Amino acid sequence: MMASSYNAKEEDRHQPGATGHVGSGTMTNKMPDNTAFKQQRLPAWQPILTAGTVLPAFFVIGLLFIPIGVGLFVTSNNIKEFEIDYTGVDMSSPCYSCSQSYSWNNTKSCTCSVPFSLDQPFESNVFMYYGLSNFYQNHRRYVKSRDDSQLNGDKTSLQSPSKECEPYRSSDKPIAPCGAIANSLFNDTLELYYIDPNGSRTAIPLVKKGIAWWTDKHVKFRNPSGNNNLTVVFQGTSKPVNWRKPVFELDPSDSDNNGFINEDFIVWMRTAALPTFRKLYRIIQKKPNNMTPTLPRGEYILEVTYNYPVRSFDGRKRMILSAISWMGGKNPFLGIAYITVGSVCFCLGLVLLSIHYRYGKRNSADISS
Amino acid sequence: MIDDDSKTEWAFESRCRARRTVVSSLTEDEELTEILKSYSSNKVTTTKYSFLSFIPKNLFEQLHRFANIYFIFLAALNFVPVVNAFQPEISIIPILLVLAVTAVKDLWEDYRKHKSDKFINGLVCEIYSRLIHSMYVDQRWQDVHVGDFVRLSCNEIIPADMLLLYSSDPHGVCYIETANLDGETNLKQRQVVRDLPRQVCENFHSRIECENPNNDLSRFRGFMEYPSKARVGLHNNNLLLRSCTIRNTETVIGIVVYAGHETKAMKNNNGPRYKRSKLERRLNVDVLWSVVLLVIMCLTAAIGHGLWLRNLKDTSFLIPDTTSPALSGFYLFWTMIIVLQVLIPISLYVSIEIVKLCQIFFIQNDVDFYNEYMDSRIQCRALNITEDLGQIQYVFSDKTGTLTENKMVFRRCTIAGVEYPHEENARRLEVYEEDEAMGCSHTLKSRASAKSLSCKSLSCNRSSVSLHTLTGHSEGEESPSPTLPRHSAFSSPMEKDIVPDPFLVQKLNCLSSPLFLLRDASMELTYIVDFFMALAICNTVVVSSPNQPRHVVRSTRFGLPRFSTLSSPHTTESPRSFTRRLFSRGKAASFTPSPSPTPTKLGTEPDGEPNLEASILSIRPGLDGVPGEDGDQGYEEEGEHELIYEAESPDEAALVHAARAYRCTLQGRSLERLLVELPGMGSLAVRLLHILPFDSSRKRMSVVVRHPLTNQVVVYTKGADSVIMDLAESPKGAEQSDGRQGHIREQTQKHLDNYAREGLRTLCIAKKVLEEEEYEIWLKRHAFAETSIENREELLLESAQRLETNLTLLGATGIVDRLQEEVPETIEALQRAGVKVWVLTGDKQETAINIACACKLLRTTDQLLTANCDSKEACKALLLELRAEVERGEAAEGTSGFTLVVDGRTLDFALQEDLKGDFLELSRRCRAVVCCRSTPLQKSHVVQLVRDQLRVMTLAIGDGANDVSMIQVADVGIGISGQEGMQAVMSSDFAISRFKHLRKLLLVHGHWCYTRLANMILYFFYKNVMYVNLLFWYQFFCGFSGSVMTNSWVLIFFNLLFTSAPPLLYGILDKDVSADTLIKLPELYKSGQNSKAYLPSTFWLTMLDALYQSLVCFFIPYFAYAGSDADMLSFGSPINASALLIILLHQVIESRTLTWLHVLVLVGSALFYFSFTLVFSVVCVTCSPPTNPLGVDKLQMSQPLFYGVCALTTVLALLPRYTHQQ
Repeated sequence: MMASSYNAKEEDRHQPGATGHVGSGTMTNKMPDNTAFKQQRLPAWQPILTAGTVLPAFFVIGLLFIPIGVGLFVTSNNIKEFEIDYTGVDMSSPCYSCSQSYSWNNTKSCTCSVPFSLDQPFESNVFMYYGLSNFYQNHRRYVKSRDDSQLNGDKTSLQSPSKECEPYRSSDKPIAPCGAIANSLFNDTLELYYIDPNGSRTAIPLVKKGIAWWTDKHVKFRNPSGNNNLTVVFQGTSKPVNWRKPVFELDPSDSDNNGFINEDFIVWMRTAALPTFRKLYRIIQKKPNNMTPTLPRGEYILEVTYNYPVRSFDGRKRMILSAISWMGGKNPFLGIAYITVGSVCFCLGLVLLSIHYRYGKRNSADISS
Repeated sequence: MIDDDSKTEWAFESRCRARRTVVSSLTEDEELTEILKSYSSNKVTTTKYSFLSFIPKNLFEQLHRFANIYFIFLAALNFVPVVNAFQPEISIIPILLVLAVTAVKDLWEDYRKHKSDKFINGLVCEIYSRLIHSMYVDQRWQDVHVGDFVRLSCNEIIPADMLLLYSSDPHGVCYIETANLDGETNLKQRQVVRDLPRQVCENFHSRIECENPNNDLSRFRGFMEYPSKARVGLHNNNLLLRSCTIRNTETVIGIVVYAGHETKAMKNNNGPRYKRSKLERRLNVDVLWSVVLLVIMCLTAAIGHGLWLRNLKDTSFLIPDTTSPALSGFYLFWTMIIVLQVLIPISLYVSIEIVKLCQIFFIQNDVDFYNEYMDSRIQCRALNITEDLGQIQYVFSDKTGTLTENKMVFRRCTIAGVEYPHEENARRLEVYEEDEAMGCSHTLKSRASAKSLSCKSLSCNRSSVSLHTLTGHSEGEESPSPTLPRHSAFSSPMEKDIVPDPFLVQKLNCLSSPLFLLRDASMELTYIVDFFMALAICNTVVVSSPNQPRHVVRSTRFGLPRFSTLSSPHTTESPRSFTRRLFSRGKAASFTPSPSPTPTKLGTEPDGEPNLEASILSIRPGLDGVPGEDGDQGYEEEGEHELIYEAESPDEAALVHAARAYRCTLQGRSLERLLVELPGMGSLAVRLLHILPFDSSRKRMSVVVRHPLTNQVVVYTKGADSVIMDLAESPKGAEQSDGRQGHIREQTQKHLDNYAREGLRTLCIAKKVLEEEEYEIWLKRHAFAETSIENREELLLESAQRLETNLTLLGATGIVDRLQEEVPETIEALQRAGVKVWVLTGDKQETAINIACACKLLRTTDQLLTANCDSKEACKALLLELRAEVERGEAAEGTSGFTLVVDGRTLDFALQEDLKGDFLELSRRCRAVVCCRSTPLQKSHVVQLVRDQLRVMTLAIGDGANDVSMIQVADVGIGISGQEGMQAVMSSDFAISRFKHLRKLLLVHGHWCYTRLANMILYFFYKNVMYVNLLFWYQFFCGFSGSVMTNSWVLIFFNLLFTSAPPLLYGILDKDVSADTLIKLPELYKSGQNSKAYLPSTFWLTMLDALYQSLVCFFIPYFAYAGSDADMLSFGSPINASALLIILLHQVIESRTLTWLHVLVLVGSALFYFSFTLVFSVVCVTCSPPTNPLGVDKLQMSQPLFYGVCALTTVLALLPRYTHQQ
């Protein structure tokens, strides 16, 4: 048979090769299978969008969203937050002079004290953030400028960092940690003092561990292994250009917070999504067995070791004190949005319902005709 | 034998000229062997790739696609350090994936071809070999070479194109079946090269010169030069074509002239057709819009980046470099193109291909297109224009075989100006019609048994299955014989059992009764006898007997010498001599009543003469066939007196059957002789001198025979009435006859008009008696024409025309061709669907109008506009006049519509440059147009004109070779696999078996395919724009630096994996309206015609919606996370998740049907995304810098805020679409 079973014909035929071999006697029936699938008769749910099915959906959404929105809004409103800008743009600002006379190469640090007062006490744990504005941590080339293997403790990457780190890859020796992100590490030091009504200053204990993600601290960031002495480990590398001290001196007092696994460093390395952002700096823990609030009402002083320059690009630096709820920090937007969308749905439902009642008869007549 | 000079000359010639020289491969001459070697061998490889060349070649081919180039360009761009957006490795994933998918598809296709090639190459045939005992040995096909001698037995397949040198048939004839080549199952006769010395194989020293390989199946020109230097022309009928089957001949030997890929079969073998659909053209426009959008977005980002950079100085987050902001902006432009590349829906093209393949799968599997009588389904030959089926505005239909059954049944005739109405016959036909309407499912079973029977009866390796699957079976009648299901088409009882007109029978009986003496009757009788003689012999019908399938009755057994010796002693001289005189009178046109001697032993019984019974030429009663005295054993069996006629066209068969009803039976045919039984005269051997075959320009065919009784050379011509009537001029100088002829012509014309009005197909029969000298002169020139290599066709045509002049009109026949079932319903449905139906036919105007009425194309309320004119000016005036009339009619609103009827000649004028505008304007206002008497070329011109000028989607449907050009010109070509071979099918995009299938094909599948594909394409655009804009909005918050807030793997996979399957399913399975509704309300089809589902406005609305959704999807998370400590990936995570939900739910809103498959795929996609990101965020420690996702999604998905954002975003984004749908 098959002499002419070339492409075109063959495709048309059912099982081209087989018919020839099976050969005489058998009758090939080309009748297609009468199955629901092949005949396109699969049982289908047809979401016929009629008033009967659509209108309830609007009401259900409306009724669901409005309470959620209210809940979110209330929660957000209950979160206390305090924010203070210490950039020193104004002449009157205590940090004005520091902000003026600054460059990365300053060896002498400039300090300034910013007084503020809390009208309401913070009852539970307080999270202390530093906030930057107009700081594009999400710039593409900035974001790329890091070497994850190096930060993961890879020895070869330590000695020869990724090309992505250029131009902060090596000075004379390879830089550890390399790249622009590490190089621009936020290096202001913030301290908080409570001013007693009697005038004395009490330093508020700031916990600097537990501010980074667990996975970052324990999986993603690793010091190069082999030796407990970080100084030895990092031998043959140089510190990033803008840094005052090498990476193994970030927290000499605590070996669990030193080197690449320094939490301030880890937090910084998680690049912010938007140009205005905050990063967790310290945690002020609620005092155990004590009924007094974590931060009582009253006067405070924020002591800033002013190192980090932001004036050149109109940046702002802030210190934020915030409590946290189940849905994160203070942000009324979501609650309002939920309420709005819920009401819109509800209103739409009402409008459609009235349309349906007024013109419903005619519509259904159209459909059926 | 051959001197060296001439040999080198040949060698030279064959290299330089467009000819090839073939000699026996056994030649010892080195040089000639070299030439033979230069021809390709018989091994065929239809595969595109070999094992080694696959990767480079496939890659090269894929790179020809623009889309792939774009992809690769992007991938390459990413390797440029200053602009790269992701890791270079990631950016090549999409292109690799697309290339791989396509490569796997190609590989699979190629493998199937390879398997079939291997099978074919491995087939075995017998080749003469000198090395092995100088005998025929088995060789594989692939080892056959040009110049080899191949011996084939009955039912074997021909391995290469070869010249027939020997046939076991004493007359050097062999029969082949070309079903594998063109689907025609009738036998074709091939003939041994003329005057061939007996020099087979060992001592074959002739030289063959022929054309270089070409793809013309019906042409072969060349000559063979014998060692004696005598030359003999070679024609198509000397050539055995590869992949045909030898039938009815025990052994044939041939020399291979073309092998392998140079054979005509292979040259004709084109792959599937590729057309570009209207939707795709529309789509390409929108892809261009996407490009524009992309450029705008990238420019915005580039300019924004430049400005942003200029305002910044000395920042710790900027990497110091010296590039100016402008240059950075320029670099960023390219970066953004990489980032936003998804906007150009590259995967769309691959997806469309997949979807169309699946749509074709469903079309092919539709039970409604299954024709149980032919055991055939719809064939989709073009793979990529399914959606065009849903946008057809004009249907151009052939009439015969398309609207009608193409089952020709003799209905009535007129002879010598006397009409024979055949009332009984008409009644009989009505009965059949009713029978058929009752249903005829019983045939299937009988055919099943028929098949097994036929297989058993075959000794050779004939594969009957292939035969039957390739070609259609007739529908509606039970097979007359259990062995030949296929031939029921030509010999069903309905077509066969013609009830003779009693009056005519009576007249015919005069031939064998004394009544013939009446002068007028006798004169008329000559006409009648001649008429039936012409019906019986003026054709190319092959006669075979039923019990021995495919074996031609050995008419050669009744060779002339034997015939003459046998006939004289057994038959009495007198009737013959009388008849001879009768004929000579008729021919001389000077008929005088001569008192002829009373026949002594005239057969008075129409049933035959007892005297003759003993002779070979005995006349069996009634419809009995050839007696098989000394034939094959099978002939002796009982109950097989029937003959089977296999004709190339059903008309011929109908006429032969008609002649047989009047006992003018064609009993056998050989190359040179025809055996005809005439009433009262027994079997006569008619020497066949020439056949001038039918062609569409002459519209007639002729046979030249030596009349057995008068021994004159007689030309019988049969053809379209218009042609024959013109040619039938009365012989000059014969007054009496002139008057008679004039009368006959007049009457016949009148009858013809009547027939046409009845919807019958008319054919005129004429004859001409040639004087010997006249014949000699003609013969010389004809022989010259036959042997010439160049211009042979033209010369032959001219030669035929020279012969067919001054014909004597004998009469005309009317043949019924019934409408196919459900044709009126289908046409009505199409018209309701807003499709304009044109009928283009070669038939007469009256016939065409009649059929148009019958199939409801023409309604009774319609106003008929006829355009027949003789000159261009008249035509122009007419067109204007008709147009005015139409305008008046439209204003009056009285009539329901206009139907234009144009004849071929007018059409010729109307198609001219300056009139076509008017013509179109007129036809556009008409509800239907009927073009009659149109040639194949005109048909295609009309289609082309309408398609190009009106810019509409056209569909042409036809079944015959004359529809091929029209089918090819139209946007969608549909072939009906009917009875006229497979040419139409081979050139079509879709092949159906009945016209009624068109209804479901267009109204249901066309509509579905179009809406599905249109919706899917829109969805693709929506999906891409929606997702890409998310990235774009982010640029406003990252200094236009080309950052993305997503992990690059997720980004790449988002389009490629997570959201690719649902739209595919949407494109394959969505049903906006159910099939029943679509059939019931053809008006719904109009939405596709007007491209409702995919208008530019729809496109832009979709774009707007996508823009809105992306804004929502970006800014709700933006405000939710503004000022917080969220890092980039944590910010991107809810955006991605809600984008996915929006995209999937958007589809749920858009789909009109949801089956468990949809649910599976939708849920699967979502689960896939979430599990992928989750696993990725756990496993990926240092991978994928700089956007390392470690811990991000895990953390995010454990926070309620994430879900809060996702829910709000999804609801708000989908709100407008949901409300709109309502």
